[in-house]
Amino acid sequence: MPVTLKNKNSTLYAFLKGEIDHHTAPELRECIDDAIILNDAPKLIVLDFGGVTFMDSSGVGLVMGRYRLAASKGKKIRVDNLSERDYKIMKMSGIEKLAEINKTVG
Amino acid sequence: MKKINELKMVFDSRSVNESFSRVAVAAFSSQLDMTVEELGDIKTVVSEAVTNCIVHAYRDTIGKIYITCTVFEEGVIRVSVRDKGCGIEDVTKAREPLYTSLGGDRSGLGFSVMESFSDKLKVRSKVGVGTTVTMDKKIKGKAQ
Repeated sequence: MPVTLKNKNSTLYAFLKGEIDHHTAPELRECIDDAIILNDAPKLIVLDFGGVTFMDSSGVGLVMGRYRLAASKGKKIRVDNLSERDYKIMKMSGIEKLAEINKTVG
Repeated sequence: MKKINELKMVFDSRSVNESFSRVAVAAFSSQLDMTVEELGDIKTVVSEAVTNCIVHAYRDTIGKIYITCTVFEEGVIRVSVRDKGCGIEDVTKAREPLYTSLGGDRSGLGFSVMESFSDKLKVRSKVGVGTTVTMDKKIKGKAQ
């Protein structure tokens, strides 16, 4: 499984692993969307990119799509543990105006 | 610029080859003494260009993707990704940030990302004939 899910303190954590491109994104999308739809309680969904080894703009599409789904259910999205490069790619989309995005600390 | 080495490869426009193509180009490029960041830049550009061939150029069909990777004496690497797909009607519009002709989870950032990670990006396209994206990158390397 490229995603590990954890539910803690009204927050749904999705820990992403491996490479995100147009080929791998659909499986990630399905896992995360199922979790968002099936768990009504969490109001915040954290997408943790700490285990992501490569990402192209498909990663941005993945976050934007999850943002739209979450927003339609009154939930928020936060993106954690982005590498310097992935953070730069995310910022090109302006997603930081809609959702909090954080680089890996240290 | 004087060529010192060249790689040519042809493969099917199947999404499973996205990972293969960027890793193959990175492996060939690594003969230059480049940093992890520079290698990452090249992988990202190749990934975007190949994805465009699969998603846009050949859409619901399978065609061939042609990659040429050339190393020049001056430490410049040139990667050219070509398809014989549908072509782009308006290249200027396609290169606009966030523009996408498809919906869903496409971010519309493909060309912006390619431009951002290369020194020079050239797009030549003809409707019904195909598209060639060529990126040049000067490798500064670990010595910088």
